[in-house]
Amino acid sequence: MSPRKPVAVGDELEPFVRETGFANWNRYAAVNDEFVPIHMDDEAGRAAGYPTAFGMGNLQWSYLHNLLRAFAGDDGEIVRLSCQFRGPNTKGMTVTAKGVVTAVDETDGAVTATLDVWTEDQNGTKLAPGTAVVRLR
Amino acid sequence: MLDNTNISPAMAGAVGAEISRTTSYPIDASDIRRWAIAVYWPQQPPVMFQVGDVAPEEFNPFAWAVAGSVAANPGAARDRNDPDNTELALGIPGPGLKFQLNGGLEVEYGTRMRAGDVITSVRRLGEYSERDGRLGLMLFSRTEDTWTNQDGELVKKTVSTLIRY
Repeated sequence: MSPRKPVAVGDELEPFVRETGFANWNRYAAVNDEFVPIHMDDEAGRAAGYPTAFGMGNLQWSYLHNLLRAFAGDDGEIVRLSCQFRGPNTKGMTVTAKGVVTAVDETDGAVTATLDVWTEDQNGTKLAPGTAVVRLR
Repeated sequence: MLDNTNISPAMAGAVGAEISRTTSYPIDASDIRRWAIAVYWPQQPPVMFQVGDVAPEEFNPFAWAVAGSVAANPGAARDRNDPDNTELALGIPGPGLKFQLNGGLEVEYGTRMRAGDVITSVRRLGEYSERDGRLGLMLFSRTEDTWTNQDGELVKKTVSTLIRY
């Protein structure tokens, strides 16, 4: 095991960035059996009140996990994660998952980091804000 | 409660009820690998998901097919695209709204899922609430889902919010 990097309040996580559209969503639908018209058909997206079809909240959820896993490393653990899906990931968006450390607790050699995490579109509008707790080893 | 509400007495009375109890097939390493490829695409996923047996935390072992499932209302038609599917699974009429969206998730993780694990999910109906939104009166319903593995260890507890309008 390599030594764990030090972590401090204010640290920003390496962003996880994806160009999004049917190529991402169809792959995710195929593994999660999530073939819902609003995620597959622009007409269905428009009927639901949005300009195009839009991606699964569950895929943004995975992007937040990908962000946290890269931060925690193979030996770290995601203890808690929550987010609200506030904005649609419509077709063609660049979605970026970001995070910043808001608290660090070190007890008996175990380091636990609390973070604000979110996904945002290419204009910086937050799509899925949330919080996380990660245990680092 | 709003004057114009979609929360019926039957719905309010069902809060806390068990919706379903579902058991997965044993997790296959190939399913873990495919999941990781999909959520990291177009980059390669971490090696641990390609050659190891550990699953990403958010992996869904219930996708496509399950080994067994008992619903509160076994006769209910199972259509996840039906916005009333939660209430129908409980044997009560749903609000009859046209659209549904994933409103959010809160998860507390326990032990990791690994290839060969058999996961059991127990879903319970949480609270209902309503508020006016851009698209009209929005119904929020919460579902609590507890997963355990074949050894009875907690895998995760999830509270999900469904938005219907």
